[in-house]
Amino acid sequence: MAEHATYFADEKSRKAYLAKQIVLKVLVYLFLTIFALFLVAPFVLMVVGSFVNAENFYQFSENADFKQLGFQNWGFSNYKEVFNDTYIDNFGNIQPKKGNNFGVFFLNTFIVAIGSTTVTVVTAVLAAFAFARLQFKGREALFALLLATMMIPGEMMVITNFMVVRKLQWTNTFAALILVHGVSVFYVFYLRQTFQQIPNELYLAAKVDGVGDLGYLWKVMIPIAMPTITTIIILSMMGSWNSYVWPNLVASGSWRLNSKHSMLLVSNGLRSLFGQNTSGTMEAIKIAGAMVISLPLFLVFIFFRKYIMRGVSRSGIKG
Amino acid sequence: MVATENSIQGTETVFDPMKAKLISKRRRVSLPQWAVAWLVLIPALIFISMFMLYPIINTFLYAFIQNFKYEKGAGSFALGQFFTGISRGKVFTFGLSNFKLALSNETFIYSIGNTAILVIVEVPLTITVSLLIATFLNNIKVLKGFYQTIFFLPYVTNTIALGLIFNLAFSYSPGGFINVFLNKVFGVKDPINWLQSDAYKPGMMVSTKFTQGVVIVLYSLWNGIAFKILVFMSGLATIDSQYYNAAKIDGASNFTIWRRITLPLLSPQILYITITSFIGAFKMYTGVMAVYQGAESNQSYYFGSIPELPADRDGEAWIPIVGWIYRELEHNYDAPGIASAASLILLAIIMVITAAQFAVSKKRVHY
Repeated sequence: MAEHATYFADEKSRKAYLAKQIVLKVLVYLFLTIFALFLVAPFVLMVVGSFVNAENFYQFSENADFKQLGFQNWGFSNYKEVFNDTYIDNFGNIQPKKGNNFGVFFLNTFIVAIGSTTVTVVTAVLAAFAFARLQFKGREALFALLLATMMIPGEMMVITNFMVVRKLQWTNTFAALILVHGVSVFYVFYLRQTFQQIPNELYLAAKVDGVGDLGYLWKVMIPIAMPTITTIIILSMMGSWNSYVWPNLVASGSWRLNSKHSMLLVSNGLRSLFGQNTSGTMEAIKIAGAMVISLPLFLVFIFFRKYIMRGVSRSGIKG
Repeated sequence: MVATENSIQGTETVFDPMKAKLISKRRRVSLPQWAVAWLVLIPALIFISMFMLYPIINTFLYAFIQNFKYEKGAGSFALGQFFTGISRGKVFTFGLSNFKLALSNETFIYSIGNTAILVIVEVPLTITVSLLIATFLNNIKVLKGFYQTIFFLPYVTNTIALGLIFNLAFSYSPGGFINVFLNKVFGVKDPINWLQSDAYKPGMMVSTKFTQGVVIVLYSLWNGIAFKILVFMSGLATIDSQYYNAAKIDGASNFTIWRRITLPLLSPQILYITITSFIGAFKMYTGVMAVYQGAESNQSYYFGSIPELPADRDGEAWIPIVGWIYRELEHNYDAPGIASAASLILLAIIMVITAAQFAVSKKRVHY
């Protein structure tokens, strides 16, 4: 805004204006910097805490002695502890984790993320195709019905889904984690909008060439909508990675098919790590655990920043 | 190559590939469009009807049937239970008793109060801060991308992980980062016990509802601004710079420009964010719980069970509505009537507030 030519009566008022603009700029940067520090602080704590030797971190937190945070003992020992098969309980005894380590949590989360993303993307692509391209009776009414479900708080569905999962004996199975959220109305909505932007002429041209409806979807629409589909894949993967409440309700024990295999996902696993031992020496290890489950998200963010921001801002504009 | 996916019937096998192409074009009996549409909708509709539509209807039934209880050997589904019950001569009465029970539960009322306080404090705060940050970001050139990335970071973090980090940062121990910071920068001598509700050292202060609330609000602010900034930024990007230039020529001050041009033109995004923030804040649960975790050194937390309100409520936990619903559901999973009624009350609150916002916005939002 400041760059546009503004005309002043004399040199003095021009200088006063410029001085005011500079002061404003400084204030703006000050405000932004303060909030940026506020946002970054937890990450700094996370990085520092995860690399400091657990004993040193304990000494630091007991005595507020910043020397203990020095670089001399930095290393990966906390990370090793996170992936360890045993843990030390509150009474100092070594306890086996019984398959409750982060390797297992990661494996579970990958299975759920890949499974539920596949189901979600397939259902969303097919449904969006029907709503965007095909003519059928009741199309608008059905779509309006779907949109209406977006307004209902998920907690209402959770109550019945929880009972259904119990009665189907799906508790502590992957089916409960993957299938119950097998379709996302928001993704159908988002993809439908992308599909609708594809010009009609392409569809008619494909018809003339003898390509059927599904052939058109596969060969024309999906390639054109690939950026949107990528966004959906990433957001859905991130959703599985962050899901906590539903897994906590239906899959917080060991796997129905193998009692030695824990069903916890990473978020739930992290919480169980925090509950295992409340003594101070565990703090650095807990921080390392938090780091371990945050890091993959950061990597995804660095590599797919464009897609993530696109999806998020799109969902904002089309509210 | 010719796609044959939808020529399910009617294509004859012809061995000459060149000929096959021509013939199949003519002989193809393709399905009518409506049939293809319903075919591709089947997977989505199965999931939607099973796990979305059915649960919605079902939860209404649970809420309005008095003394609904699951019985063994009556099928998996509530409707099945319902009809089996009727066929066995059981009389179901519809009524509002579940709502009465929920509303007469002290803890539920308490949780509504908690949620209301958090909503009233948190929503305006987060929206104001993110609106300011977005406007400022839009007006700078140097380091814009850098700041933008930092402000977006909370969006890609794990709620639980960062809640736990907040919990550690606000710990009472001498090295609790916030207390150290307050001590070094503002000279606060005695460490503040932000979260713990039990005194494990003699003479130690115990956290109050206020200190706990401060931590929860700060965490919600931290967790909530990324999405809002992004939405506001995308809205600001669509505002034509002509308006700004015209205002400048008229000699409007920066604040006037912001007040008279930026805000009105950003009003659709502000409305959207206000509505989603209110809904999100009323459904708040994970954040509150993550911040608390570890504060209660209780062994029953082992595998992440739902936080209990202390029996004597000394800790004055900030249990939110959703937290209460889940707790009720876990305790009485065979009789989900009260939890369902509570979730309908939550829905009603959300709908009333959303409707009120739309009503207010009619005058103030410019599309």
